[in-house]
Amino acid sequence: MKQCMERLYNGLIKENPTFVLMLGMCPTLAVTTSAINGLGMGLSTMVVLALSNFLISALRKVIPDKVRIPAYIVIIATFVTLVELLLHAYIPVLHESLGIYISLIVVNCIILGRAEAYASKNKILPSLFDGIGMGLGFTMALTLIGLVREFLGAGTLFGFSGADLYGTPLPELLIGLVERWLDPNSSNETVRFFYKLLTDEIASFTPMGIMILAPGAFFVLAVLTAIQNVMKERGKAKGKDVSKIQSGCNSDCMNCSDSGCAKRLIEPEELDSEEVCDFDDLFDDENPGEEEAADE
Amino acid sequence: MKEKMEVSSNPHIRSKDSTDNIMLSVVIALMPATLFGVWNFGWYAALLIVVTVFTAVLSEHIFCKICKKPSTVRDMSAVVTGLLLALNLPPHFPLWMASLGAVFAIVVVKMLFGGLGQNFMNPALGARCFLMISFARYMTDFTCDAYTQATPLTAMKAGQSVNVLDMVIGRTGGTIGETSMIAIVLGACFLIALGVIDLKIPGLYLASFAVFLTVFGGHGFDVSFISAHLAGGGLMLGAFFMATDYATRPITKNGQYIYGILLGVLTGIFRLYGPGAEGVSYAIIIGNLLVPLIEKISLPKAFGKGGENA
Repeated sequence: MKQCMERLYNGLIKENPTFVLMLGMCPTLAVTTSAINGLGMGLSTMVVLALSNFLISALRKVIPDKVRIPAYIVIIATFVTLVELLLHAYIPVLHESLGIYISLIVVNCIILGRAEAYASKNKILPSLFDGIGMGLGFTMALTLIGLVREFLGAGTLFGFSGADLYGTPLPELLIGLVERWLDPNSSNETVRFFYKLLTDEIASFTPMGIMILAPGAFFVLAVLTAIQNVMKERGKAKGKDVSKIQSGCNSDCMNCSDSGCAKRLIEPEELDSEEVCDFDDLFDDENPGEEEAADE
Repeated sequence: MKEKMEVSSNPHIRSKDSTDNIMLSVVIALMPATLFGVWNFGWYAALLIVVTVFTAVLSEHIFCKICKKPSTVRDMSAVVTGLLLALNLPPHFPLWMASLGAVFAIVVVKMLFGGLGQNFMNPALGARCFLMISFARYMTDFTCDAYTQATPLTAMKAGQSVNVLDMVIGRTGGTIGETSMIAIVLGACFLIALGVIDLKIPGLYLASFAVFLTVFGGHGFDVSFISAHLAGGGLMLGAFFMATDYATRPITKNGQYIYGILLGVLTGIFRLYGPGAEGVSYAIIIGNLLVPLIEKISLPKAFGKGGENA
């Protein structure tokens, strides 16, 4: 199980597809107008990612090398169609707000990237967990961006406003606070003056519309990435190994399996150990029960 | 003796002009428009200006401190940015929104791109558009104690007649600093006399805008229509104080001609065919974004290059 857990951690933090690898920017910028949309998009992508990784890994010895990309796309498109029809049937609201971007999961570069870089070279269970991990990382990033944008742009969190939680809208609460200090009917002119100034300010509290428009997506993504980079720099200053935080990509995709991140993933001693969840041999294994016991 | 005889590398000619001096003269040149705005719209306009300038300077100082760099507040450019932004706000704009705009102008538009001279867009105009998109309702609400009717440009767009003399003097609704054409031109004359700006960009901007209106405005050569458009809205403020911003205008001479004409045409398009009555800020921002391309095509040929046999 160790390798599977490592895959989850890798997708969520170490090689987070959005913040570290900067993949899948189109849905990241387009659908994160609210936290719910981000969560829905992330989870849909995760389902497709996990299932396609699973199937591609299972078929990796069947698919001829020369036509592997079309084959992957057929597999991915099948799952996307399934997810889209299911969303349409059971969560029509989400289907409507995500619109074309559900179909566009087919060409999401995270999915094709993981198929090419990981699932086509690794065994089934690690591939499945790689898909889940990457999907969770994507979901986390999209929800986070959506959360910030929704809060700043619409004044709500997951669709709940302050009025839903406290009964009264925030401006009214603040005006009540001001009235404790400054009496609106005071005989002192200065007090009345400052009361009017403050309450006018508070009454003008409105969300920033720009945040749920396209520029807001860029602002939020840039700030969140900047925070991640600051953390990386701090780590470097303390002498930590930052290559673990940044992706292991050495920008040499041709030799990725020899020298890049794909190589790092297959540790030889782990492959030999009993802890590796090897689902692959399950099909032709005479004694599957024993294999499962080893997994646990 | 040896030090005195040694020749340092160029430049050898020193000028007294420095960033501080130029920015200070811009602030002085903006004073007529500022004072007129305060007189026209009352004490709240003054408070708005003070808060915006203060926030702009403070955010620049804090940003430099956070980045562990020497503070660049002393070059006065943050004061100019804050003042220009405040002059572009409606007289009853909420203070917290104005502060947010000032922080956006300084931190996002200016400092994140490397500070003064590195910004690709006029910070005050960038912030104005940011506020326009974020808080459209407050940015287009020009009603105040003195003026309850629409701004002259909006009235013209709706087909009503306007008093051109009032617009030239500035006794109309609008943003704090844009209403008085006389006050702005007074400040601009001061800058031109000092040599801080020249007439290339503003002159061509206004001229091409007037020509565009004559051709496409639907009124022919109607002096009152054209002069109302020239005096109305932020055109004068934009032409003299924002289009001429050193950091965001083209460096080359031919480029400045192209830039001026482009701004005039864009403003004309936005004012005549756009959904809103005003178009100066968007025109200048689009012009700013095109500056690298304009400079690329207007680069003068180096001496000895580009002849017939080159």
